[in-house]
Amino acid sequence: MKHKVATTVNGSKHEHEVEPRLLLVHYLRDVLGLTGTHIGCDTSQCGACTILVDGKAVKSCTMFAVQAEGRSLTTIEGMAKDGELHPLQQAFWDEHGLQCGYCTPGFIMAAAYLLDQNPNPTEDEIRRGLEGNLCRCTGYVNIVKSVQAAAKTMGGAHAKPAESQSAVRGS
Amino acid sequence: MAVTTMIGARIHRREDPRLVSGHGRFIDDMTRPHMAFMTVVRSPYAHAKIRSIDASEAKKAPGVHAVYTYADFKDHITGGVPVTAAFVAEKKYVPNQFPIAHDEVVYQGEPVAVVLANESGQAADAALLVKVDYEPLAAVMDIEKAMEKGSPTVHLGAPDNIGWDLTYSPDSPEAFKEAEVVVKERILQQRLFPIAMEGRGVVAEYDGYDKHLTLWTSTQIPHFVRLFVGTACGLAESQVRVIAGPDVGGGFGSKIRPYVEEYLAVIASKLSSRPVKWIEGRSENLVATTHGRGQIFDIEVGAKKDGTLVALKVTQYIDLGGYQGVFGAFQAVACLLSGGAYRWKHIAARTVGVLTNKTSTDPYRGAGRPEATHLVERAIDLVAREIGMDPVELRRKNFATEFPFTNNFGLVYDSGNYGGTLDKALELANYKDLRREQEALRKQGRYLGIGLSTWIEICGLGPSAATAPAAGVALVESSQVRIHPTGGVSVYVGTHSHGQSHDTTFAQIVADTLGVPYDSIEMHHGDTAEGPAMGYGTYGSRSLAVGGMSIRMSCLKVVDKAKKLAAHILEADEADVVFDQGRFHVKGSPEKAKALGEIAFASYGAGLPEGMEQGLEAVSYFDPPNFTWPFGAHICVVEVDPETGAVDMRKYIAVDDCGNVINPMVVEGQLHGGIVQGIAQALFEEVVYDDESGQLRTGTLTDYLVPTANEIPELVLASTVTPSPSNALGVKGIGEAGTIASSAAVINAICDALAPFGIKHVDMPASPDRLWKQIQQAREHSNGERGARK
Repeated sequence: MKHKVATTVNGSKHEHEVEPRLLLVHYLRDVLGLTGTHIGCDTSQCGACTILVDGKAVKSCTMFAVQAEGRSLTTIEGMAKDGELHPLQQAFWDEHGLQCGYCTPGFIMAAAYLLDQNPNPTEDEIRRGLEGNLCRCTGYVNIVKSVQAAAKTMGGAHAKPAESQSAVRGS
Repeated sequence: MAVTTMIGARIHRREDPRLVSGHGRFIDDMTRPHMAFMTVVRSPYAHAKIRSIDASEAKKAPGVHAVYTYADFKDHITGGVPVTAAFVAEKKYVPNQFPIAHDEVVYQGEPVAVVLANESGQAADAALLVKVDYEPLAAVMDIEKAMEKGSPTVHLGAPDNIGWDLTYSPDSPEAFKEAEVVVKERILQQRLFPIAMEGRGVVAEYDGYDKHLTLWTSTQIPHFVRLFVGTACGLAESQVRVIAGPDVGGGFGSKIRPYVEEYLAVIASKLSSRPVKWIEGRSENLVATTHGRGQIFDIEVGAKKDGTLVALKVTQYIDLGGYQGVFGAFQAVACLLSGGAYRWKHIAARTVGVLTNKTSTDPYRGAGRPEATHLVERAIDLVAREIGMDPVELRRKNFATEFPFTNNFGLVYDSGNYGGTLDKALELANYKDLRREQEALRKQGRYLGIGLSTWIEICGLGPSAATAPAAGVALVESSQVRIHPTGGVSVYVGTHSHGQSHDTTFAQIVADTLGVPYDSIEMHHGDTAEGPAMGYGTYGSRSLAVGGMSIRMSCLKVVDKAKKLAAHILEADEADVVFDQGRFHVKGSPEKAKALGEIAFASYGAGLPEGMEQGLEAVSYFDPPNFTWPFGAHICVVEVDPETGAVDMRKYIAVDDCGNVINPMVVEGQLHGGIVQGIAQALFEEVVYDDESGQLRTGTLTDYLVPTANEIPELVLASTVTPSPSNALGVKGIGEAGTIASSAAVINAICDALAPFGIKHVDMPASPDRLWKQIQQAREHSNGERGARK
């Protein structure tokens, strides 16, 4: 038996009849066609499917679509406004915070919540704040730098500037 | 020639806007009209006979179109998954891997049936209704037991479990005669999951009217998939279009081979007359995608008391899994590089491939080279400990210093400055201060350790003269460069990018070589319908040194033709025409220059020189004269808590040399990720099977520790530049370097920290549990000795 679910996703209202077992991530991807939210595991370890639910970071594989009834969701597709990248998106680009790009939407969404809660995080707080997300390409070095850079542009008062990793270059 | 403005610059990646905004196009984002979803029914047993398969219930389940088993596939697939001809010349036993099991399964996860349904959930539900009657058989899990006479065999009726047994260079008791000290050790290389963040996936669409197949697949090697999968499924290459991705979420070697699901999806599409999609779940990925490493090394090192290395003896045992990996034997290269960056009088090396009832092993980031580094860098430290010499001095004393350097197996290291990277790393680490700090802390009962890894690697695979006999395929690379009539540039290359940033770095090379604006260049890869007939793919840190060079060749061919046409238009002798920053002019008259775009426009029109055809485009295949040989020096500093066995990584310094650099930002990114994958092997990751039942005990990501941002220390990077003489760009490769280097640095640091306990060697992963036990044993041993002396 299908259930009705009404949500607001990236500012647009949606209403669908869905199976009760449908995971929120599959609703976003398969019903709404928002394929920017990725699936990287089946045990809620990787965080590739992280979105914001009423402003809070949630792994969208840990919720059923029907549990999103009446909620406001933000996915990676909803981050850029009026053709301008969100400061986090810009920072990931500027700081080479991604390589294959598969985990990136989840990291950006998790980082968005992190900076919302703590606009001026230390490096340690960033690392702990992102421990729900896995990346296999970057070794996290430039992801941390990206979040630091975004914190700075978003106005964190004492955010540390992103420093170049390489102290020495050339022979 | 164009001046260099883009090469060497930190250009931000053109790949990123789509990826940071959620508009990447990964395999699971692909959908086709009337598409069916495929679920693969897999063996829960490591080894069993299949008595019967009953799919009647599954076929009746909601939304199900079909259930196919071996009986449905057997007449549509010829042969099986390819296994590279040689690498190891003396193959003993290469079991044929048909893409789906017939009457015997030889690893947990081997496909036995596929279900097609309207929705993925329906296919998964119906898969549970497929009744397979298995007769479990003895599982062969341990490679040493597998080698014993009378061991059960991995495949019923097989002669034994030996895949290969090859001695590259025999043992020489003579060689060890000069040695004043001899050290022996067994060094384990645990099995690892590659874990690309995107698992694999396939969409196969066979058009029965046009007899044409389009295959989207998450792969590093679209052209090889077309060649092998297409041919086995009865299709000529002209009938098959393979598209990698278009975006592929990481590979690390786990996507460099044709996979059984590609064959199964193609035939399922043919049989059902529907596009068929299969997406690998993560737990499925852990049994269905190849694993890495899984090796044992027995080593014996002979040296003089003054630190001169004399002889090395290496025996490598590789856990092959149920079938030999497509490129599994490449890992035997560990033997050929076991001498590392050092001079040896003699190296004896033997490799033995052993079949087991597990998922196949195949190359995983570094493939054979991390193993070589790990064993030789451990060997150096063991000798240093034995003779009481600083491991830095021992390394310096034995470094190869004259280049080209021919190693004991005839491989020629193209260029190097091993002392240079070591000096820089020692300086960045404040090595002498660290040693003093170590001494002081030991007095307080704290255990600081300093580990070195002065690594080398072979990459830029590879010259046809070496790779054709070794791999059965010449690993050259192709490209095509087209200048359109209005001056835009389209570039096609046979390598594949799945995080390596080729669209950016290759465009940098094109911009400089043609002297055209970077933004006028479109890069294309991964679609076999475009560009040259064959591409060779991405692995072995080859894309730049081979693919980048091929692009450069095509650019130069285009410039060459354009120059002839420019001479004609400028009414000058070709020898008097100068090409400078994208413009042609007659010597002495730079003001009357013609831009490449203008020449391109003219090339498609009338009035060309006698005998010149229209058009401005070129195809090239680059066959390198040698491999390339990056190198570097890594220093890891750890503190080990003897009460808990916990390792606190305090510092990680990496000084690497990959020759000339196209984009330093990209090189640093590759190093970061690579180093962390090696650290992960050293400290965290291990695939564990149950030896009795053959069940995978690390079957989900909850059981396998992929490090998070929280486990990883700050990395300090630096570099030196020693250009490669093997190619005109002077480049080497950096994709695997970090992983090749880092496990040895970490383990050497831990062994150094635990030296006061008399601990000489630690295996990986150096988990708190393993270290705590080893420290306890060492303490009991020393208490026992003290007791005995009383």
